[in-house]
Amino acid sequence: MNAREAGDAAQRSSTREIVLARLRSAREAGNPATPVVVTREFATRGRLAPGTAEVLDRLDETLTDYKATVHRVGSEAEVARAVLKVLVDAAAAAVVVPPGLPGAWLDGFDGKVRRDGPPLSVVDLDTTDAVVTAAAVAIADTGTFVLAAAAPDQGRRAITLVPDHHVCVIRAADVVCSVPEAVARLDPSSPLTFVSGPSATSDIELDRVEGVHGPRRLDVVLVGP
Amino acid sequence: MTTDLGMPTVASDPHGHLRGTESFPEAAHRALADTQLRRNLGHATRTIRAKRAAVVGEVDDWEELRRAGETIKADTMARLPELLVQLEEQVTARGGVVHWARDAEEANRIVVDLVRGTGADEVVKVKSMATQETGLNEALEAAGVAAFETDLAELIVQLSHDRPSHFLVPAIHRNRAEIREIFLREMPDVDPSLTDEPRRLAMAARAHLRRKFLTARVGISGVNFAVAESGTLSVVESEGNGRMCLTLPDTLITVMGVEKVVPTWRDLEVFLQLLPRSSTGERMNPYTSTWTGVTPGDGPQTFHLVLLDNGRSNVLASPDGRQALHCIRCSACLNVCPVYERTGGHAYGSIYPGPIGAVLSPQLTGISGPDDVNASLPYASSLCGACFDACPVRIDIPHLLVQQRAAAIDAHTRPTAQDATMRAMALAMTTPARFRLAERALGLGRVLAGRKQRITALPWPMSGWTNARDLPAPPPETFRQWWSRTHGEDA
Repeated sequence: MNAREAGDAAQRSSTREIVLARLRSAREAGNPATPVVVTREFATRGRLAPGTAEVLDRLDETLTDYKATVHRVGSEAEVARAVLKVLVDAAAAAVVVPPGLPGAWLDGFDGKVRRDGPPLSVVDLDTTDAVVTAAAVAIADTGTFVLAAAAPDQGRRAITLVPDHHVCVIRAADVVCSVPEAVARLDPSSPLTFVSGPSATSDIELDRVEGVHGPRRLDVVLVGP
Repeated sequence: MTTDLGMPTVASDPHGHLRGTESFPEAAHRALADTQLRRNLGHATRTIRAKRAAVVGEVDDWEELRRAGETIKADTMARLPELLVQLEEQVTARGGVVHWARDAEEANRIVVDLVRGTGADEVVKVKSMATQETGLNEALEAAGVAAFETDLAELIVQLSHDRPSHFLVPAIHRNRAEIREIFLREMPDVDPSLTDEPRRLAMAARAHLRRKFLTARVGISGVNFAVAESGTLSVVESEGNGRMCLTLPDTLITVMGVEKVVPTWRDLEVFLQLLPRSSTGERMNPYTSTWTGVTPGDGPQTFHLVLLDNGRSNVLASPDGRQALHCIRCSACLNVCPVYERTGGHAYGSIYPGPIGAVLSPQLTGISGPDDVNASLPYASSLCGACFDACPVRIDIPHLLVQQRAAAIDAHTRPTAQDATMRAMALAMTTPARFRLAERALGLGRVLAGRKQRITALPWPMSGWTNARDLPAPPPETFRQWWSRTHGEDA
């Protein structure tokens, strides 16, 4: 550490002490006489049980409401056919997949499949038409699925961001009804992305319009009853 | 250099983002005369109120969630220093670097030095109230660094050299036709056949920023919620510009007001329900990103977190006033406020407009005296209470407005018109004889009012009232005069 760096570090620590001292005296001055009791009387379990046909139906509705296209299949064996149809309809020539995506999900696809391992460059991702991933958990009440970067079938964040078309496969066992149920299942130590519909904005006259910087097309293959 | 004793301190405001140049009534007069502005605001706030009401109505336990949000925030404030130290430990343990900033200048200096250290001469930014408050863009520009706002509404504000007027939708005062004009004028690469269809406008923004995102080396963001126990930060957004800034650059610099910390990861189960439904009226916003320090192989490999005081310690020191720090910046109180709906955000001078801004801004800056324009903000309300009903964390804004009015009066170092009027009234009301005498003077009011029966201008000190609104003519007789005329024998 040279003299300048040492000086910077000393300055940093004295600023830290001052801010903390201010906050400590402010806290004492403004604290209520009785300690705060946090109340959590809201529902932590959803109205519909995880993984059931009812909760999948609700997820289907809320996803569709925010302009995702939902494809229902009965079992994992049918995933490849649904994915293939989506990619062919979109005329996708090249897709990127996370390192651990089940290979069978792309059976029959004769375009280019780029597996993200070793990591693809941003330019590669930008010239890829679509991305296919799984999801960690989905929330029926809100039409949301969550991507966990640490999961091998979901992959690092950039691959689901740069391509313009995202195909996400959601398994029934990962579908819950409410936000609290989803938060309880998630591990925040690696990056998470909560996705609810294709990218959209409410910035023009406070009305929602789809299609800004993230993927403009979102297809969900929902596996289960 | 003065000695800093670590006492709660008001904000510095180097670029005038927390305090305007004229009082609210003066600015509101001009805003009210702008019929286009009123049409735009009326349309946008009506749209969002209907959407919010519909999605809040879907949630059976909304009131319980509000109470949870309120108490989690109150608990946070009671433990703020410890929670920040915990957050710092967790972020540091995960490879991030934490900086502390006493005020706006210090935060700007830290960020400018960090950007310079990377050698980059441009940065991409996610919409952030904290960096708007400090005037970071101006500081970066002065240092030769170009800052690109990437949120659509921020982009509109930046391209039109305007000021934000709402903290969720900074360009709410613009309609689609005006946005098209701005894009055609200011985007060098725009398609000249651009229409004012919102979808086309959104796509023009996508095309305009795409290359910037893919080549940016430094991203700058704010924070919605920072989890102390895990060191996890989150950004709640719609367009994907946030994901771009948080994911693609090599270096990420995040600036957060110290009040954004929450104790536990589990607390997000409350706020991720309250925030989207209250702000954009959606069940969930399109994208929420969470990250913890640096993740090898994924996203920025250098991460800095700047913790900003800038007047928050001053707010925290007030037992009631600190509620203003509970705000999660949803903007529901703006959208339901009859005053905001008519004047728009610019009239408030501060980047925090509307009911919450009217109680937060004067507390952040402090009130320097009767001429401080922020002293007029707590009066920008009819105290109707709609803001409290809409607030997802139950901030008692009407109570704080009244309290800030009292604080504004306490700041009077010499008598003002209002003080003179109140003193005259106190004098008149001390004995029945004086009161009777004063009542007789009311007859004079009827002469002043003339045939229109309105008094539109009075001499000082009563001009304080008639500057803002007309006074109806006094009735022909007062209650006491009527009583003695009709019940004379009992009087």
